[in-house]
Amino acid sequence: MAGGIAVLRRQPSVIPGFGITLGVSLTWLSLIILIPLAALFLKTTELSFERFIMIVTSARTLHALELSFGLALAAAATNLVFGLIVVWVLVRYDFPGRRVFDAVIDIPFALPTAVAGIALTNLYAENGWIGGLLAPLGIKVSFTQLGIFVALVFIGLPFVVRTVQPVLQDFEGDLEEVAATLGASRWMTIRRVIFPTLVPALLTGFALAFARAVGEYGSVIFIAGNLPNVSEIAPLLIIIRLEEFRYADATAIAAVMLVASFILLLIVNLLQRWSERRAGKR
Amino acid sequence: MKRILYGLVLSAVFGACAHAADVALLNVSYDPTRELHAALSKAFSSQYKTPDGKSVEIKSSHGGSGKQARSVIDGLAADIVTLALAYDVDAIADRGLLSQDWQKRLPENSAPYTSTIVFLVRKGNPKGIKDWADLAKPGVKVITPNPKTSGGARWNYLAAWGYALKQPGGTPDKAKAFVKSIYANVPVLDTGARGSTVTFVERNVGDVLITWENEAFLSIKEFGRDKFDIVVPSVSILAEPSVAVVDKVVDKKGTRAAATAYLNFIYSKQGQEISAENFYRPRDPEVARKYEAQFPKVSLFTIDEVFGGWRKTQETHFADGGVFDSIYQN
Amino acid sequence: MSFNPVIQPQEAADLLPAGLAPALPARQSRRDVRADPLWLRWVLTGIALSFLTVFIVVPLVNVFSQAFVKGFTAYVGAIRHPDALAAIRLTIIAAFVAVLLNVVFGTITAWAITKYKFRGKSILISLVDLPFSVSPVISGLVCVLLFGAHGCFGPWLQENDVKIVFAVPGIILATVFVTFPFVARELIPLMREQGTQDEEAAISLGASGLRTFFRVTLPNIKWALLYGVLLTNARAMGEFGAVSVVSGHIRGETNTMPLHIEILYNEYQFMAAFAVASLLALLALVTLVAKAVLEKRIARAAR
Repeated sequence: MAGGIAVLRRQPSVIPGFGITLGVSLTWLSLIILIPLAALFLKTTELSFERFIMIVTSARTLHALELSFGLALAAAATNLVFGLIVVWVLVRYDFPGRRVFDAVIDIPFALPTAVAGIALTNLYAENGWIGGLLAPLGIKVSFTQLGIFVALVFIGLPFVVRTVQPVLQDFEGDLEEVAATLGASRWMTIRRVIFPTLVPALLTGFALAFARAVGEYGSVIFIAGNLPNVSEIAPLLIIIRLEEFRYADATAIAAVMLVASFILLLIVNLLQRWSERRAGKR
Repeated sequence: MKRILYGLVLSAVFGACAHAADVALLNVSYDPTRELHAALSKAFSSQYKTPDGKSVEIKSSHGGSGKQARSVIDGLAADIVTLALAYDVDAIADRGLLSQDWQKRLPENSAPYTSTIVFLVRKGNPKGIKDWADLAKPGVKVITPNPKTSGGARWNYLAAWGYALKQPGGTPDKAKAFVKSIYANVPVLDTGARGSTVTFVERNVGDVLITWENEAFLSIKEFGRDKFDIVVPSVSILAEPSVAVVDKVVDKKGTRAAATAYLNFIYSKQGQEISAENFYRPRDPEVARKYEAQFPKVSLFTIDEVFGGWRKTQETHFADGGVFDSIYQN
Repeated sequence: MSFNPVIQPQEAADLLPAGLAPALPARQSRRDVRADPLWLRWVLTGIALSFLTVFIVVPLVNVFSQAFVKGFTAYVGAIRHPDALAAIRLTIIAAFVAVLLNVVFGTITAWAITKYKFRGKSILISLVDLPFSVSPVISGLVCVLLFGAHGCFGPWLQENDVKIVFAVPGIILATVFVTFPFVARELIPLMREQGTQDEEAAISLGASGLRTFFRVTLPNIKWALLYGVLLTNARAMGEFGAVSVVSGHIRGETNTMPLHIEILYNEYQFMAAFAVASLLALLALVTLVAKAVLEKRIARAAR
């Protein structure tokens, strides 16, 4: 550890304790994150490459991955659209109960996933409050892919809203007025002046919602049909493989999901840096 | 808020200590037995006291029988195992956790109750399921659990196989083809019998559920006669769920007396009555006579007479690379 | 080219295309220019509120409604069931340990990142963020791979008779894994904004490092810290996926509240499942209220 610290050059600081705090942080991070993840990838390497490919490209695995990523994408996109509307309404307009609705947005963030899971399943079942309304229309939500989609929209909403909200709040009204005085129509103002400012935050929120939805388990497991090749999400497949004691399979699928998540995290970080730079320019 | 948190934690710790006076046993059981063991352990705890006057609390864990056996082997500290079939207990014995002669230690080869395999169908039996042959028909969706993890699933498989063998001109090859066509109709393999029940009953998947007799009756009791019907096939297998004390664990914890007492309790008149009330066929002749009307008459064969016992069967059919693996790509 | 952006309200209204002239009288403040047409406001507000109501409010209300569907006595009975109480106990213990560990180590990490300058800082920050993008099931899987019977430490654990997987320590570990970033993430932006002047001043006045932390830094970050505690607690108590993998599902022993909810639900005991769920939902609401209060304090501290 001492060697590692020496490599991290720093300007001498007045504040003491650099060595020990960095040491403790690195140790803790290693224990909690690096070592476990290393164990995962190590276990994956125990598999031969062919076996790894075989597991990951088996019909059932592929379908589960497609489902998890595909529905997560759809849900994040939905949250992008509706999240933007919600943010616009909350920041720009005033109406009775606005504070309450502002607080409501954090509920999916604070509510345990299992609670959300049973609540949504019950709600959209054929005899549920909403499911009962949709059943005569022939729309089945619980135990179908649509149900998974609903659950993923639920848990992803706060990410878009809370990421865009500060940007919109800080947005300087002067620019809008300038545009208006220059003769821009309202729509043009929105499109050319306001929207570009929001784009980095929107994309960040989208990526966060997407990343969260891909790995989601608790809220989906109750409402999904869990039928292989139809409505089985990737995290569930990992658990099933574990219960069958097929550790190698579970690890392989997890490794694929993990790599995808890392890439997403990288994209989010890059987006955040891009948006910081843009904000810095102003 | 922090103060409240401290207070809760302290009371939690004290609460935990207060229970330390009781003896706690862990019963690792198979999937559908939640209600059975809840009733049995309640009755047992209210009557039994250890020689030094302590009361006994029985905690239980439920899941697919094969999976539970693996968990015990992997370190789940069970005092008692009450599993779906003898082989799963043998697997634990093979690892040295309990003695190899476990089956002789209790009456009836350590199987205090029996059951069999029947079909649960939607009310009115819209697909007209009457016997095993109907399960192989195209367009029929069959729900059965995964034989790799579930005990009931293996009994289901063997019952179907046995049926095919008993048909005129039945050969092992024909039986294999028959069982394969049934599994072609299976949309999802849950890890345990209860999981399959949930899929069939709650998620409304499938036309017919192959399940334990006790599970079928329980579903009707829970959900009403107006939702499901039971169809009894022409022939089925005699399923003998096995129970045993896990020597290594009870000797270390010093709970052998209590654990053995619980298993003996299942064989007692009261235990047999509770079993029958939960739709398990009791061994005790008197209790069996009393509950005779409740259980349908089925022509039953045993695993020994048709398959040569569990060890051989597990090796041939359910081990990695066995017959099941060649039938069903999971 | 420059122009004077300060335009009198009357002029502003004149410059607007006729169709989008605000419905409000022109003598109002320049805010009019930013106002959307009334019909648009109604439509958007309607969409936003309906969306929020349908997707968020209704499910939450449903939890409480289903919990009390059989009346208050049945509700209390479900909560006071020994298995439910044991689950509540275990949840509290796991959350407490997770909060404690993450407060201590999260603060240290945030301090190391924000009070010094060194290369490789962004890697460290990415590491802190990592658990956010990892599925909880994978966190649980990793626990099993490390401490399960066939895991890296499995044989050693079995020899020394230490039980982690299928026992309470495994649940606590899994909970700590998934809640790791919350405290650090809350502290880092704030501590960055606050800078190092206060601490440097204290040090130059002769205070030791530890004293500086407790007397100078801690009061500055106390609201953000509390906020981090709140989030960690909420997440820890509600964790499901990771814990589901490592738990033995032993009722009354290794079941947390979310796992207990799952068991009740799968045993068709819907009312009881919702009763336990309503406790967690209540916790979520309390968390939100506390969050709103704390956010104001944090905003003040950042200035």
